[in-house]
Amino acid sequence: MHEPLIFTHSRAGRRAAGQYPREVEAKVPEHLRRKRPAALPEVSELQAVRHFTRLSQLNFSIDTHFYPLGSCTMKYNPRACNELAMLPGFLARHPLAPENLSQGFLACLYELQEMLKEVTGMKGVSLTPMAGAQGEFAGVAMIRAYHRARGDHERTEIIVPDAAHGTNPATATMCGCTVIEIPSLPNGDIDLDALKQALGPKTAGIMLTNPSTLGVFERNIREVARLVHEAGGLLYYDGANLNAILGKVRPGDMGFDVIHMNLHKTFSTPHGGGGPGSGAVGVGERLLPFLPVPIAAKEGERYRWLDERDLPQTIGRLSAFMGNAGVLLRAYVYMRMLGREGMHRVADFAALNANYLLARLRAEGFDAAYPERRASHEFIITLKRQAKELGVNAMDFAKRLLDYGFHAPTTYFPLLVPECLLIEPTETEAKEDLDAFVAAMVAIQREAEQDAAKVKGAPYTLPVRRLDDVRAAKQLDLAYVEPEQGA
Amino acid sequence: MPFIPHTEADVREMLATIGAPSIEALFEEIPAELRTRELTGIPPALNEMEIARLMHERAQQDGTPLNFIGAGAYDHHIPSAVWAIVTRGEFYSAYTPYQAEASQGTLQLLYEYQTMMTRLTGMQVSNASLYDGASALAEAALMAVRAHRRSKSARILVPATVNPTYRQVAHTITEGQRLSFDVVPYEPALGTFDPKRLAQYEGQDITAVVIQQPNFFGLFEDVDAITDWAHANGALVIAVVNPLSLALLKPPGEWGTKGVDIVVGDGQPLGVPLSSGGPYFGFMTTRMEHVRQMPGRIIGRTVDLDGKPGYTLTLQAREQHIRRSKATSNICTNQGLLVTAATIYMSIMGAEGLERVAATSQQQTTALVEALTRIPGVTLAFDGLRFHEAVLRLDRPVAPLLAALAERGIVGGYDLSRHYPELGHALLVCATEKRTDEDIARYAGALAELLKSA
Repeated sequence: MHEPLIFTHSRAGRRAAGQYPREVEAKVPEHLRRKRPAALPEVSELQAVRHFTRLSQLNFSIDTHFYPLGSCTMKYNPRACNELAMLPGFLARHPLAPENLSQGFLACLYELQEMLKEVTGMKGVSLTPMAGAQGEFAGVAMIRAYHRARGDHERTEIIVPDAAHGTNPATATMCGCTVIEIPSLPNGDIDLDALKQALGPKTAGIMLTNPSTLGVFERNIREVARLVHEAGGLLYYDGANLNAILGKVRPGDMGFDVIHMNLHKTFSTPHGGGGPGSGAVGVGERLLPFLPVPIAAKEGERYRWLDERDLPQTIGRLSAFMGNAGVLLRAYVYMRMLGREGMHRVADFAALNANYLLARLRAEGFDAAYPERRASHEFIITLKRQAKELGVNAMDFAKRLLDYGFHAPTTYFPLLVPECLLIEPTETEAKEDLDAFVAAMVAIQREAEQDAAKVKGAPYTLPVRRLDDVRAAKQLDLAYVEPEQGA
Repeated sequence: MPFIPHTEADVREMLATIGAPSIEALFEEIPAELRTRELTGIPPALNEMEIARLMHERAQQDGTPLNFIGAGAYDHHIPSAVWAIVTRGEFYSAYTPYQAEASQGTLQLLYEYQTMMTRLTGMQVSNASLYDGASALAEAALMAVRAHRRSKSARILVPATVNPTYRQVAHTITEGQRLSFDVVPYEPALGTFDPKRLAQYEGQDITAVVIQQPNFFGLFEDVDAITDWAHANGALVIAVVNPLSLALLKPPGEWGTKGVDIVVGDGQPLGVPLSSGGPYFGFMTTRMEHVRQMPGRIIGRTVDLDGKPGYTLTLQAREQHIRRSKATSNICTNQGLLVTAATIYMSIMGAEGLERVAATSQQQTTALVEALTRIPGVTLAFDGLRFHEAVLRLDRPVAPLLAALAERGIVGGYDLSRHYPELGHALLVCATEKRTDEDIARYAGALAELLKSA
């Protein structure tokens, strides 16, 4: 299946006239006037609708395929969350509308903050960060602000385990900190000796994901918290894997001082082909004064925004308004639908699905990266043996899975485990879909043993075969040029 | 159990396969003393019918007021087709196109988007979007520092006519990397930035100059003179623009003799609803020579094994998942779904449709200004041509008037007194193509009544 570029459907003078306001003359100083119209497509409304509908059909998505992309929590995005967040009263509301015309919206945000505090064990929440990485930024910026407010200007080192997401060290750099990387032990836990070595008077804090990106729970977390706090540092919780522990253990109870939550993972807001995300942050007592603004507050029966005047020590603003408001409403609807009991069930069934899938794949002869450990909500398979013996690597398995109708797991992350697949089924998948995935993995293994070239040539049934990434980066083609113009 | 498909038989069978006595046993590695008991702060579950009732009540609680605020978010008509396609599950519930072969729809759309944005802004390359306009300015400032290797100062000049919230966000995000923003005053009589004010910086090491067009007051800046001054003095130029205005205005790629270096802005006017503040998307375009310093996802066209064209994430060596602490930014996601909306919107509207929307918005703002300035106690702060926003001076404090208008179902504008106290009782108003002459008359009638009564 192939759909030509929208520009090739374009014909001079074609219009979707039913969308146009009446024609009036614009008044622009001559020297500022646009001389030639931008070369945007000239298509009918139907041509646009058909083109983009066809493009959508070239995608794998949660609604169409099992999507066990590790560390991304691709669970079902309930349709109600979308419809209710797009009610006209929310959709037409201007972000700077006065508070007395924003009470219904503010009530949702305030209650969302309260629920997030409860499930994380934190004392305050700000919803403004627009993605996980921005939540991380807010978290580390707050840690920096805390030390500075105490006159502790030397604390500029952020400790990050080697298994961490790339955003962790990148965030520390953005905040003007130096990154100190520490290794993990062969069993997946943090190397406490290495941690002790890394801690000192320059330690601003540590960034941890728990369960870690290795798919296992950090068993020494209380000891880690004690050591970091004794050294004068603070603990940052990367909420990427919050789905694993929702209702089971709270980051605040583990000793974390600040956390970001990926609402687009744990609380099921859509991934949208790569965003919008939402990276709400929660903090313990010490960091409350530094939260980013604005924050929804309740005074008596009225709701209002807290801003710089209420929090003079805030790290400031991260978005032009109040973050990805529509995403927050979707998360609110989802949390209210789960309710108190439903929160516990998320981790229950996420862990059940992950451990079942791991057990079945192991029984079929696949190698777990951490065989002696329980899986959290995800786990790692290493195909090192297949790569060595059969010449078929993790990327080949991933591409062949697409032919079998499964989105591939995360490949080659975390970087510590060679030839790895990081597999996260989520709680919303049924047993028979997990079984079908196992059957596909087994079939690919057979193919790899009998006809490795077949697997290495995959995929065959998708809109394109394997793409030339090297050419993409060397012969940059980042915007279309019409042939007659490009000659 | 909402959204969980397991039957009791499934659970029994799965536990047997795992070899665990209970689901609870799967959490045995979590220290017992840390385990969460009951989450009493979470209310009991609502079913879809119950949550729908609650959300309808909340959405209706504040009515549907008539909106005359812009200040960075604009109430434009959106064709029904746009969001009908955006919310198709194949776009809505897909993720970042890590597996390019299974994500050609999203990737081709992003390539089309990048093409449209380069054409609209007159630049050579675009990324696949950033979070919003304000954070895009912060990223542009950081990018300018990386791209301008000869400049050591990390010092950036920003006229006070640049959106004040954008300036705040840029400060918050870049503070850790010791960027400094010098805010340069505007002409109090004109509401625009006079390029002559740059003379005081001649001979100094300035990394970049920011220009917003139209500026925060809706007025047109002398973009050619500012761009040429910056280039003559060895500084890069960052343009902050409303993408819709570019249907009428000279694109930043043509400002001055050489054109600007980086263009950013908020894409919200292109088919994204106001939605109480987001999600919107930030856009960024630049010259080809700076592409490796650009943050965010970039899509490239290439070929597959059979030589057939296809699309993929490219130049990933800039990004955090490869470069880690040395990445151009910590940004991971973009605002894919909103870019999907904008790409469909631009395709349906075309250049002529955008021009009509822009021109009608300008005309309705002119009509709004005429109607409101006929009221005693209301004057226009700055003369001259403008796009679709205007600053009005009132004879009394703005905040109580806005509250009173709100009670009459009118969102009357943005109070400038906090960010621009020197303007006195100043109000920023906006009308888009959606505001009819009747809407304007209703606002004027309500304001006249309020001003008369006091």
